[in-house]
Amino acid sequence: MQYRFKKEGGILYVQTEGEIDMSMCDEWRDAIDNELGRSGLRNIVFDVTSVSFIDSSGLGVILGRYRKLLARGGKVAVKGANEQVYKILLLSGLAKIMEVSPACKQAVNRVGGIL
Amino acid sequence: MAKLINRVESRFFSIAENVALSRVMVAAVAAPLDLLLSQLDEIKVAVSEAVSNAIIHGYEGRADELVGLAIEHWEDRLTIRIKDNGVGIQNIAEAMEPNFSSCGDRMGLGFAFMNSFMDKLEVFSEIGKGTEVILTKMLQEETTESNKG
Ligand SMILES: Nc1ncnc2c1ncn2[C@@H]1O[C@H](COP(=O)(O)OP(=O)(O)O)[C@@H](O)[C@H]1O
Ligand SMILES: [Mg+2]
Repeated sequence: MQYRFKKEGGILYVQTEGEIDMSMCDEWRDAIDNELGRSGLRNIVFDVTSVSFIDSSGLGVILGRYRKLLARGGKVAVKGANEQVYKILLLSGLAKIMEVSPACKQAVNRVGGIL
Repeated sequence: MAKLINRVESRFFSIAENVALSRVMVAAVAAPLDLLLSQLDEIKVAVSEAVSNAIIHGYEGRADELVGLAIEHWEDRLTIRIKDNGVGIQNIAEAMEPNFSSCGDRMGLGFAFMNSFMDKLEVFSEIGKGTEVILTKMLQEETTESNKG
C-alpha cells in the first residue's frame, strides 16, 4: 500500500494504491490526521481508483476521519471504488452516510458542491 | 462424502504483514477452482478479517505467537480454518453481532463480512485457550459454468 496527498479547492485528496488492511492502517490514519492538522482542511476525498483490496480495518480509518470532520462541519467522499471496494462500502453502511462513487467526477462534485 | 482434493496448512507469526500472506495463500489454493473474480475477492475479505482478528484480538497485538491457516479444497467446497491460541471469546453470539467490537475504534464488521461473503461461518472458542474460525464456500456447478462462458 502506498499513498500521497494533494490539496486543491479546500479538499485534501488522499490518493491510495494497493491493498488496504491492518498492516498499514495506523500509519495511514496518522499521516492523514497530520495532513489535516497542518493544512486546516475539513474535507477529504479518498481516491481509491488504484486500491485493489480493502477490509474493515481500512473502512475504520475512513469512518474515523468522517466522524472527526463531521464534528468540524467537513465532508468525506470516496471515489473510484472498484467492485470489491464498492461492495463493502455498501455493505458496511458507509455509502449511506457519505458519497461513494466508482466514478471520479461524482464524488468530487458532491464534496465540492457542499463547500 | 465429498473427496478432499487439496490441503494446505501453515502457521505463521502474528504480525500484520502476514494478513496479506494469508490472502495470497488462499487465492493460490483457490486458483484452480474456477471461482468468479468477485467470489475470490469476497473470500479474501473473509480471510483477512479472521486473520486480523486472531492477531488484534486473540493475541492482543503480540507479534511472536502463531496463527494457523488450513485451506482445504473439497470436491464440493472450499474450507478455510483460522486458529489462534489467544485469549478466546467470552460471548460468541455477542461478538458476531454486526457493529459489536470490544475495541473502541474498530467497526465490529469482521464477522458480519465473513458471514455475508461465505456460505458458512463457524466459530469455536474457549477463554484462555483460543479461537478457531471455519469459513466455507460451496462450489456450485453453475458458478463454475458461468465463469467458463
Ligand atoms: N480471534 C479472536 N480472539 C478473541 N476475540 C475475538 C477474536 N475474533 C473476534 N473477537 C472478538 O469479537 C469482536 C468482533 O469481531 P469483529 O466482528 O471482527 O469486529 P472488530 O474486529 O472490528 O472488533 C472483537 O471486537 C473481539 O472482541
Ligand atoms: Mg475484526
